[in-house]
Amino acid sequence: MRKFRSTERYVATRELEVAVNAAIALQRPLLVKGEPGTGKTVLAQEIARSLGLPLIEWHIKSTTKAQQGLYEYDAVSRLRDGQLGDPRVRDISNYIVKGKLWEAFESETPVVLLIDEIDKADIEFPNDLLLELDRMQFHVYETRQTVVAKHRPIVVITSNNEKELPDAFLRRCFFHFIRFPDRETMERILQAHYPNLRAELAREALEVFFRIREVNELKKKPATSELLDWLKLLMIEDMPPEALRSNDLKVALPPLYGALLKNEQDVHLFERLAFLSRARRP
Amino acid sequence: MFASFIHALRAAGLPASITEWLALMGAMKAGVADYDLDDFYYLARTTLVKDERHLDRFDRVFGEVFRGLEPPTTATGEVIPRELPEEWLRKLAERFFTAEEMAKIEALGGFEKLMETLKQRLAEQQRRHQGGNRMIGTNGTSPFGAEGYNPEGVRIGQEGSRHRRAVKVWDRREFRDLDDAAALGARAMKLALRRLRRFARQGEAKELDMEGTIGATARNAGTLDLRLRPERRNAVKVLLLLDIGGSMDDHIRASEELFSAARSEFKHLVHLYFHNCPYERFWKSNRRRQEQMVPTLEVLRTYGPDWRVVFVGDASMAPYEITEPGGSVEHWNEEAGKVWLRRITAHFRRVAWLNPVPQNQWGYTASIGLVQEALEGRMFPLTLEGLEGMAKALR
Repeated sequence: MRKFRSTERYVATRELEVAVNAAIALQRPLLVKGEPGTGKTVLAQEIARSLGLPLIEWHIKSTTKAQQGLYEYDAVSRLRDGQLGDPRVRDISNYIVKGKLWEAFESETPVVLLIDEIDKADIEFPNDLLLELDRMQFHVYETRQTVVAKHRPIVVITSNNEKELPDAFLRRCFFHFIRFPDRETMERILQAHYPNLRAELAREALEVFFRIREVNELKKKPATSELLDWLKLLMIEDMPPEALRSNDLKVALPPLYGALLKNEQDVHLFERLAFLSRARRP
Repeated sequence: MFASFIHALRAAGLPASITEWLALMGAMKAGVADYDLDDFYYLARTTLVKDERHLDRFDRVFGEVFRGLEPPTTATGEVIPRELPEEWLRKLAERFFTAEEMAKIEALGGFEKLMETLKQRLAEQQRRHQGGNRMIGTNGTSPFGAEGYNPEGVRIGQEGSRHRRAVKVWDRREFRDLDDAAALGARAMKLALRRLRRFARQGEAKELDMEGTIGATARNAGTLDLRLRPERRNAVKVLLLLDIGGSMDDHIRASEELFSAARSEFKHLVHLYFHNCPYERFWKSNRRRQEQMVPTLEVLRTYGPDWRVVFVGDASMAPYEITEPGGSVEHWNEEAGKVWLRRITAHFRRVAWLNPVPQNQWGYTASIGLVQEALEGRMFPLTLEGLEGMAKALR
């Protein structure tokens, strides 16, 4: 199996590389946590890209049940068909809808399976997937068949810490906590995303960005994805770097702040800070 | 050595099991770490730690067990020029200079100048204490920390080590803030709090309504008519107000357990801190009291009357802290504590106060009686029965 490395589009720290490679080598799921916007979901896409494997994404919502990842038996349409006398009704397998895990197990090549935001689901959700993720197989009661993975998929699970995950589940996973990138890493990330970004603009933007993050009262601190969006806007608008520099945060909001500050309380907070420092000035 | 490592981890309270241990061994065998201590550290961390709260404890144990294994640091003993982190400097400024000194320097050249002077002073100190061949961060203790200049002791050495090879990352202890150290043995509390849950049907209609379906199908003379209804969900919202500091120090462990139990039990849980008695503001974080304050009026505006409010505090203070304006021990409060208590109890319909002081001692402290009165008797001891009483009061 090839090893995962930083790509030209995705900057992975050494610790992340080790974690991913350990998960690949031992064929265990990798649980990734970290501040929103630090590239948890993108990680799975980049693993798939760098190893040249297809990616299957399973996005979890609050209503998602573990069973839906395996298969669903659509009893309602079978009942309807039965009332209408449809011949399909004789074969129960016509009403088995395959889930994402089944899809991943069935694939002829190894795949990367992303289970995104597992903490959104019900508290019992991870427990219901224990055996399936451990042995990479499950049983379909309706058709009495056992689905076994042809190749154990590389499973990446992301969590935003909204709920605590059960110990039994954690024991089966490798764990990595993506830290917020430091300035150096952030510069590499910017380089990776916008190779023709002017150095001056990048420097000024990072300056503003890290200064915003220093404000502790913020409800949602801007993260990497916000910074990337903001820079893209600045580039589209062809903003001169001076516009950012003259722009002391204490005097006014940075241009196009909408990409960085995502809720009105935060915007108010900055307006208030600006007002206070203007008032204090001679 | 490896076996002692896992024992040390377990002794430090990390829930590492034999499964994880075997996984680590398997990964070593598969050549993931390849005889590199840093890689081994990352690998051990990714296999043995399952929660970011444990990362700091892991770093400490790793540092202790594998001390002496790391490659020698810059042996020549030369001082590597390093940048001192800004924010750290700012924090230290207050400790290094007296108020007059600060004013003088600031008059000379403003804040920048102040920072510059401080930087110099720190740099000198560093060299003096260094001497040998080790950098600040490498021993896990900083020269400043030892002398009491830096109460947190975290950030020292971080900037510096970046310029070198990444030796001994674990000694930087960057995950310290995530360690909440509260033992999660509070299962009984969790169960008691579960009584607070209130289920309501909300959201998308997804569940089959059996009775409705039978009724509707019968009305249709046997043609199937499916009825769906939304699922039941926990709809309780809880605002937890914690007394912190002073006389509460003895009870911090109990409150922490309560907090960790409560966190997993409700969908909406907000916690704020106060000292002794709530006045016109709360703190969002216990550590950064001065920076993260919320006006009580804003709290009242933000959270509707359907929120349940739980105070946790010993309510032990001087009576005037409740009855008189200006009674607060921390600042000048315009209005007396009891006015604020009344405002809070008037806004939120369901309020309770949990008191970690044993109930048979309540009579000895006048302020407990005053708070009882303000809360119309809804004060409960922090015991299982107390929690159940609270759950009843909050229904």
